[in-house]
Amino acid sequence: MRKSTRWVLGAIALALLAAACSPDASQSSLEPAGPYADTVDDLFTPVFWVAVGVFVLVEGALLWFVIRYRHRRTRADVPPQIHGNTRLEIGWTILPAVILAGVAVPTVATIFDLAREPSGGNVMQIDVLGHQWWWEFDYPDLQINTANELHIPVNTPVYLSLCAAGSGYEAQPAPNECQADLPVPAGLGLSVIHSFWVPELAGKQDVVPGRTNTVWIEADRPGTYEGQCAEFCGLSHAYMRFHVVAHEADEFDAWVRGQQAEAASASGPAAQGQEVFAANCIQCHSVNGLTDDAGEPVIGAIQGPNLTHLMSRECFAGCIFETNTDNLTRWVSDAPSLKPGSLMPSGLNELGLTPRQVDAVVAYLETLE
Amino acid sequence: MASVSVPGERGRWLTRRPASTTGFWSWITTVDHKRIGILYGVTAFAFFLIGGSEALFIRLQLARPDQNLISAETYNEFFTMHGVTMIFLVVMPLSSAFFNYLIPLQIGARDVAFPRLNAYSYWVFLFGGLFIYSSFALGGAPNGGWFGYAPLSTAEAGNNMLFYATGLIIVGVASTVSAINLAVTIINMRAPGMTMFRMPVFIWMGLVVQFLLAFSLPIITVGLFEMLFDKRFGTHFFDPAAGGDPVLWQHLFWLFGHPEVYILILPAMGIVSEVLPVFARKPLFGYQFVVFSGIAIGFIGFGVWAHHMFAVGLGPVANTAFGISTMIIAVPTGVKIFNWLGTLWKGDIRFTPPMLFSIGFIAQFIVGGLSGVTHAVVPADYQQTDTYYIVAHFHYVLVGGAIFGLFAGIYYWWPKIFGRMLPDRWGKVNFWILAIGFNLTFAPMHVLGLQGMPRRIHSYPESLGLTFWNTAATLGAFIIALGVLQFLIMAISSFMRPKDAPADPWDARTLEWTTGSPPPPHNFDEIPEVHALDDFWHRKYAETKTGRVVPVPAGGADQAVPGGVHATRGEREMEHEPHGIHMPGPSYWPFVSALGFPLIGYGVVFSPWPIVAGAAIVLIGLYGWALEPSAE
Repeated sequence: MRKSTRWVLGAIALALLAAACSPDASQSSLEPAGPYADTVDDLFTPVFWVAVGVFVLVEGALLWFVIRYRHRRTRADVPPQIHGNTRLEIGWTILPAVILAGVAVPTVATIFDLAREPSGGNVMQIDVLGHQWWWEFDYPDLQINTANELHIPVNTPVYLSLCAAGSGYEAQPAPNECQADLPVPAGLGLSVIHSFWVPELAGKQDVVPGRTNTVWIEADRPGTYEGQCAEFCGLSHAYMRFHVVAHEADEFDAWVRGQQAEAASASGPAAQGQEVFAANCIQCHSVNGLTDDAGEPVIGAIQGPNLTHLMSRECFAGCIFETNTDNLTRWVSDAPSLKPGSLMPSGLNELGLTPRQVDAVVAYLETLE
Repeated sequence: MASVSVPGERGRWLTRRPASTTGFWSWITTVDHKRIGILYGVTAFAFFLIGGSEALFIRLQLARPDQNLISAETYNEFFTMHGVTMIFLVVMPLSSAFFNYLIPLQIGARDVAFPRLNAYSYWVFLFGGLFIYSSFALGGAPNGGWFGYAPLSTAEAGNNMLFYATGLIIVGVASTVSAINLAVTIINMRAPGMTMFRMPVFIWMGLVVQFLLAFSLPIITVGLFEMLFDKRFGTHFFDPAAGGDPVLWQHLFWLFGHPEVYILILPAMGIVSEVLPVFARKPLFGYQFVVFSGIAIGFIGFGVWAHHMFAVGLGPVANTAFGISTMIIAVPTGVKIFNWLGTLWKGDIRFTPPMLFSIGFIAQFIVGGLSGVTHAVVPADYQQTDTYYIVAHFHYVLVGGAIFGLFAGIYYWWPKIFGRMLPDRWGKVNFWILAIGFNLTFAPMHVLGLQGMPRRIHSYPESLGLTFWNTAATLGAFIIALGVLQFLIMAISSFMRPKDAPADPWDARTLEWTTGSPPPPHNFDEIPEVHALDDFWHRKYAETKTGRVVPVPAGGADQAVPGGVHATRGEREMEHEPHGIHMPGPSYWPFVSALGFPLIGYGVVFSPWPIVAGAAIVLIGLYGWALEPSAE
């Protein structure tokens, strides 16, 4: 047994070492980059070391007893029959309770600390909608609607309202508070539980149909933080990823202005793609500023991501693809083969597009900067 | 019952009791708790191989990033069925196997209180398990996770989760019936002198588990029926659009689900509490404290369920309450660990395979217990929940703990059950393979979880930097598989040797070792009289006034016992000729009646008519059972 214990100790030491020095993990709760995640880390780290201390003491005692009191061939007598010791029992009941009470105090303080609604003039409000299987981000004060990439300014508390979007039982529309002012469209994925998680910025908060949960995030420094749905939500749960991109204030303002702009009408080879798009894609997708031949606005639907600034996003389709020509072409051609259960129909097989039409659509999409 | 058949005459064909004592039909009709225990064990082990294979597919898929060895659909079915299988069809029935086999033997009884009901539990469990697994061939296995969160489980098309709800209701019937049976047995069937505080700790843990089952299963049964109604009959229990609430399911599920964790671990704790004293050659340290901490765990276990739901948004007050109650439950758990250490202290430790598995249990359970405490630190759990850190935690408890404990039990009682010793050397090799494989599989998952790997994902991108530890974990999983295979070969080949196990190969302390290996159908020629905790040990050893232990000379057992009650033992055995012992007769009806359940299940899933047929079979079975003559 002693070897086993030594082995366990060794494995855990190795694991710790690797955990401590693996900068290649890009979605790690061990590398907090904002006050929420810092708070959690500051609580977890001492508790972890207390646990390591207890681990070493108890496993050490086990190891010691196993070695010290192993059977020796020369021994013939039966050891004295010790039935217990009440003082010891009281001791090892109270001591862990005291340690746990010590852990409980900062735990409770932190629970209430993190549950507070952020205050101050610069708090930003964003609605987050969990779809099967992508994230929609709506900035009600800025009139911006985007998907898969949540852009925030650094050093600004961002208060998120989390809603599950989609249909309920028997494909009936299921309303949610984040879109209270919109008619709920039919033909969405199911409204199910998701969990919003950007480990470097904050812990998880579930997105529960029928409720509006809240969580706040804040980034200390500019950068891209990876996130992912953490509650099993169906077939492509693994493919419900997203990025949080934190900008310096002026950079963020520029991003806002860019997102608020409407798409220009396409010209050249993309113009044909725009026509195909208007005929086939607006059943689910919107492009703000899209017009028909007569110059009348074309109002797209909101089942799928708003594509007005698709090319400004590094990733698409639940952030499983980098946004580039190749990936867009594959995606428009046959999305369900790339993402199981995807509601995006196959361009070639279901919408009946020709490869040339697909290329044209992609050419048009690439104008949506 | 005598009214249907004239005493001394065989009943009409419908009410005639089966007579075979060997061969296939004797196993179908048996009501012997020992045979039912073996049936439970063999069935659970078969499901263990299936659930383990599913885990191997999961690990293969995750060995490298971006793999598509199995589709997302199959992956979701496999992780769901892996959980359902290991919990409901492996650890619970394997514990049942030990309870069935050992409760009567350890309390000095001839059988359980309701032998036919006992057979019924087994057959309902078996058919429930087969029913759930038949879904693979009938349009798709459950795919919403063993936790089956609504509304994903209820709103999604397909029968997958109908099989889950219906199947678990059936398996729940088996567990409920068995829980009542075994609790009644422990309370009412103890041998003379076997007071509650002379019961082995394994029996105590068994009693706590039966109460946990009896009180927690109704809760999930309600939830499962609501899920079933939502899916099949258009109700809206979990549909927020119609005033229902998905979180209601979570409360019902975890209000069962957390006591369930103790249902899974307490039997193993009981086994370890039996094995450690025997091979340390000392009584269990702090017997009363181990017993009371088990009872305390049982009670507090009903008050911690929402620690599975810290990220749901229940609010800071609820999260605080459940965080603190979860910390509290660590206290009695710690008491148990310290008492096991106390048992080893100043012992004379023999490293037999059961002892190795028991020490491995303690070493690994400590890890699972400590990571469990970090979940009680609620804000930390916001990061940990639904990640591989949790996967690591509960596998340390349920594999490193429960499965290792059950393996300790298998090695320990194998000679008693089958009359053959398992090879000592190969048993030790088996322990090391399993321990190395286990730790290599699950220790890295702590790191993976903290580095941001969520659970239940069929794929992860290379860019997350999770590849190394995932590959390591997969390697570990195959080492576990190797260990299980080696165990299987060793176990099967033990049957090629003659029955050579003595009645008491380990110099053990409890009553089951006083009778033959394997025990006769009636267990004891004479019901033992119990005078002390660890009664059998006191028949073999005496303590001098200075505390020195001296063996009692053969045939002189009576001096060791205050009052010398055993003096008349030999004479009594002469009077009680074993062939005159009345044992319950075998019966077809538990099997027949259980057969109706899967039919009802298929009716619920597909079309109503099989429900009628199934219900008729259940009823016919119950009538046949009631009208059966009591004995031939």
